[in-house]
Amino acid sequence: MDATVTTQNVSGATVPVPMPMPASKVAARGVNVHYGAKHALKSVDIDIRENQVTAFIGPSGCGKSTFLRCINRMNDTIASCRVTGDLRLDGQDIYDRSVDVVQLRARVGMVFQKANPFPKSIFENVAYGPKIHGLATKRSEFEEIVEKSLRGAGLWEEVKDRLDDPGTGLSGGQQQRLCIARAIAVSPEVILMDEPCSALDPIATAHVEELIDGLKSDYTIVIVTHNMQQAARVSQRTAFFHLGTLVEEDDTAKIFTNPRDERTQGYITGRYG
Amino acid sequence: MTDMSVPAAPASRHTGPEARLRLEKRYASERRFERYGMAALSFAIAALFLLLWTILSNGATAFFQTHIRLEVHFDPATIDPDGKRDPAAFRQANWAAVARAALQEKFPEVRGRLPLRQLDALLSDGAQIELLRMVSADPGLLGQRREVWLLTSSDVDMIQKGHSARDVPEASRRVNDAQLSWLDRLAAEGRLEKRFNTRFFTAADSRQPELVGVWGGVVGSFLTLGMTLLLAFPMGVAAAIYLEEYAPKNRFTDLIEVNINNLAAVPSIVYGLLGLAVFLQFFGMPRSAPIVGGVVLALMSLPIIIIASRAALRSVPPSIREAALGIGASKMQAIFHHILPLAMPGIMTGTIIALAHALGETAPLLMIGMVAFVVDIPAGPLSPSTVLPVQIFMWADNPERGFVEKTSAAIMTLLVFLLLMNAAAIWLRKKFERRW
Repeated sequence: MDATVTTQNVSGATVPVPMPMPASKVAARGVNVHYGAKHALKSVDIDIRENQVTAFIGPSGCGKSTFLRCINRMNDTIASCRVTGDLRLDGQDIYDRSVDVVQLRARVGMVFQKANPFPKSIFENVAYGPKIHGLATKRSEFEEIVEKSLRGAGLWEEVKDRLDDPGTGLSGGQQQRLCIARAIAVSPEVILMDEPCSALDPIATAHVEELIDGLKSDYTIVIVTHNMQQAARVSQRTAFFHLGTLVEEDDTAKIFTNPRDERTQGYITGRYG
Repeated sequence: MTDMSVPAAPASRHTGPEARLRLEKRYASERRFERYGMAALSFAIAALFLLLWTILSNGATAFFQTHIRLEVHFDPATIDPDGKRDPAAFRQANWAAVARAALQEKFPEVRGRLPLRQLDALLSDGAQIELLRMVSADPGLLGQRREVWLLTSSDVDMIQKGHSARDVPEASRRVNDAQLSWLDRLAAEGRLEKRFNTRFFTAADSRQPELVGVWGGVVGSFLTLGMTLLLAFPMGVAAAIYLEEYAPKNRFTDLIEVNINNLAAVPSIVYGLLGLAVFLQFFGMPRSAPIVGGVVLALMSLPIIIIASRAALRSVPPSIREAALGIGASKMQAIFHHILPLAMPGIMTGTIIALAHALGETAPLLMIGMVAFVVDIPAGPLSPSTVLPVQIFMWADNPERGFVEKTSAAIMTLLVFLLLMNAAAIWLRKKFERRW
């Protein structure tokens, strides 16, 4: 791997940017996932780099969401799901018996496909995470965290006067940003996003994408998306999944201009998927 | 040149007489279906009105009792011969003599043992108790004369309300010609009146229909249902949460699930037998007590509450659960902070349905002795008592004419009790319902 990473700007031109090699935050080696008899994910090897946005693309049912949900063990809730292989966060085996799943999910936050704020006030939505993890005790501390998180999610200016209104009364895009604020309120290290813009209109999507770009300096972000333009716009690295295998993973610019595998080529040019 | 007929336009299959016919048929069947629905609904409404009308027309009169206005002389010589003004002594006094004296004063021409007995029979035994109460409350009445409304016996009441016929031969009447003539005289003087029956809402059971009240049954029902709620709600919700959220899915939990569904269908008398065998015989709990009734009804309600609560928990959108788990809430935090509050309206609806069911339950309570004749208002969950439906059952069983209207009135009370419970349920639902 060379030390020069290319990034792609929105117009699609590639510009070489000298960049120090980022460290690997999440490392997977031979990860397999079975849902009962179904082999959903086949021997995935990947390194997800710190403080970068990694996009997972691929046709429906290719295993990208499944892999995403392995990283914070959300798959634990599915009784028939079995994960094997080696998956590490900062060198610590995520599936080790000594790992506390509650603590893991505090370190690895998640934003879901459909905005799912709690049917409570905006304030309570954001303050809930810090409350259960004991990150704050006084009202003033909570207020500080809530404001910081809402600012981080670019929502503060829109909701600062109605923090006691129900979070479910916001628009779709605002709800999704509220969910992002809720995730960052816990100060995670990694944020997993499962098609966060699939239910949003283009303007709200642009908002969230801008936000993701701003968040990557503080967080490692993994985003699953069906929208290839989005992957190209927001990510530095892109991984292409197909039928449960990781076909290729590389710099986003390279994947979109010069993929190694012809399946990747076929998918990004719209021949299938 | 051949006859040039206009070639038929390529007709759409959805226009023309055939299509119209098909359309007509469709609409006809839709109208038919609508009429079936309306017919069913009208039948149900008619049946409901018939039921309510029967109960109302039978029971409305029970809220009023016939009273006679008499001038009563509170004669100290009869009431307080020792002159001690001691309430305990008042209780021992010959109140029947006081009432009889008032009657005789009104009808001085009545002579002889039998006619006097018949004259006495106009008044209820309750009249003596009323007199006792008046004097106990105000001993200053002693020696005075007062116009007092005194309760009549049920036989007189029935004649006055028209429930018993007066134009039948004397032998088949419980009120004879002499008594009728006295009543007519009292009525002509304006001394006969139907007055509001407060006793019905404050007293418990009695052998005399003019003296009965539903309050004993209401309190008994309240205590029993309170016990049921206290036991069945927490246990049912806890069981539902465990089965829905924690229990592994294996053959044992499948077996439990099948059995819960079966228990919901077990006839209630079986629960009564269980209560008799286990709680009364084995544990030696008191007979006729609301606590035992509550336990038995709680066992009966549990399956219904568990089934309803599980359905309510299952209907909470999984996205809420994921949201909570996704930011690191533990399973219990996700359940108690998010899932349970959202499931609460459904759980409460199920609980109220189960309780309403329990409120109307009679059979299991017969088995554990709550069918007893209880003349006192139950003081607590351990004191002997009966419940409203059992009270209705006992009065309906009584051959005396006066109990017919009381039975209907008790049914009305039970229905009002039920309506209040349902209103509370709706209010609670509205209060706890949250939109998302």
